[in-house]
Amino acid sequence: MALFDARAKDIRNLPGFGLTATLAVAFLYAPIVFLVLYSFNAGRSISRLDGLSWRWYQAVFANEEIAGAALNSVLLAVIAASVATVMATAAALAMVRMKVRRRAAAYAVLNFPLMVPEIVTAIASLIFFSSVGLGLGFGSLVIAHTTFCIPFAYLPITARLTSMDPALESAAADLYARPWTQFRLITLPLLAPGLMSGWLLAFIVSLDDFIISSMLSGPGSTTLPVHIYSMLRLGITPEVNAVSSLMVLASALVVITSGLIARKHS
Amino acid sequence: MKLHRLLLAPSLGTILIFMVLPIAITTLYSVLTPAQYGGVIWKPSAEAYIRLLFERDIFDDTLTFNTDYLQILGRSVLQAGVATLLCLIIGLPTAWFIATRPPGQKSLWLMLVTVPYWVNLLVRTIALLLILRDEGPINRALQSVGLIDGPLSLAYNNFAIGLGLVSSFLPFMILPLYAAIERFDFSLLEAAYDLHANRRKAFFAVVLPILRPGLIAGGLLVFIPGIGSYLAPDILGGGKTLMLGNLIGMQFQGSRNWPFGAALSTILMAVTLIALFIVARRAAREDA
Repeated sequence: MALFDARAKDIRNLPGFGLTATLAVAFLYAPIVFLVLYSFNAGRSISRLDGLSWRWYQAVFANEEIAGAALNSVLLAVIAASVATVMATAAALAMVRMKVRRRAAAYAVLNFPLMVPEIVTAIASLIFFSSVGLGLGFGSLVIAHTTFCIPFAYLPITARLTSMDPALESAAADLYARPWTQFRLITLPLLAPGLMSGWLLAFIVSLDDFIISSMLSGPGSTTLPVHIYSMLRLGITPEVNAVSSLMVLASALVVITSGLIARKHS
Repeated sequence: MKLHRLLLAPSLGTILIFMVLPIAITTLYSVLTPAQYGGVIWKPSAEAYIRLLFERDIFDDTLTFNTDYLQILGRSVLQAGVATLLCLIIGLPTAWFIATRPPGQKSLWLMLVTVPYWVNLLVRTIALLLILRDEGPINRALQSVGLIDGPLSLAYNNFAIGLGLVSSFLPFMILPLYAAIERFDFSLLEAAYDLHANRRKAFFAVVLPILRPGLIAGGLLVFIPGIGSYLAPDILGGGKTLMLGNLIGMQFQGSRNWPFGAALSTILMAVTLIALFIVARRAAREDA
């Protein structure tokens, strides 16, 4: 046994694998760290650090266009994530109680948005909304975002639902709880962490989108990524760095929140 | 049963009406005639698909074979393929390393790998351009050490696009591989060693075949978004080298040839569905 352990340890620690993992993580983080660092630059340069300051953040907060785009983005993400979470919850509740064969077809449709390349969704939505006369703008953005958010909200919710003990619902039924009371008092509270992670995942996926929003946003409904992209026409400025860093901060907050929820309930 | 239908209807209906139907309409648009300022005229035409392969002479209407668009298509497949391979080369050792850590370290590493995926892709792409630029930290560090005289052109070329694709999609490769390695039964290695396999042989003959479903899943998750990617070629390629995603986008912005864009998008969708279908069928056969 001792001999085997030594060998097993051997293949668990293959030479160079730890180094590769470290380099991979460094490769993923270095650009972001650099971006955030330079957003605090006191000078105008994005390649030479002339001391630290908040000036670019002040510039970002004073910029009404950025504020408007940020508000659009957050509003869009909140609405899309909320509607998608409600729809996904209903779907998940139905799916766990369905026969396997029927479930497969519904499952394929629910996951369909994950399989379509983003650019295809983007132009298909553009063609659809302009051909049915809905036009471009916030309304179309809400519909398109809700649609692609559904599978992202669905996955954590259904994972939580399948790990729940069905006996709890039966117990409630034995105590003469009607289905709605059962759902409200038993299922919903137990499902809550799944709902939260599903909502957060949908929220961040909506916030992340650039290409679909850029095709669908009309004047006045520009989202933050679309606005940042338009700022790039003047090159990368410290202001771009600052507003991008704020997006990094927003993502970090969402990840930490969702991590805390997962830890509390595991 | 009726309740189930009622509960499923909103989400399935939304996806069918606002995603499946639009893609079907896009396919229809690909065989219509382009209108002058975007949109279509309702007259059937195969022009969009002919345009992919031939150039029509504006005077005598003759067709000459033109590989311009095929080259863009080929370049997209190649770039995505190379990026997938690189993700595999980096992702497999990384996933292996993470999966063999003790539990506490494992979740820390997993978090380290997943967090960048949550950061906005546009922001990540801009960040990568920042460090690859001629005046970026890599070039300045190399120059100050005296390794190079002038800056290396790291940005605005195929190399930068490839790097962008790898950094965009690397977590997609690591996570399914991690899941596969996590489930791997290490006592199988004991058997391999008993049969006098060395470490290398055990890895290639025992471990790799078992990891195949994870490798295929990771490969698809990188390759499919890679072919249609828009931001990496647009920002890191400096608009010089087009990929399929940009070519599609252009037809709805400046060029205004909706049927041609719809045709390209239909081809991308077809390639995606064929790839998924092959993988699904193979998986079903292996299950049986």
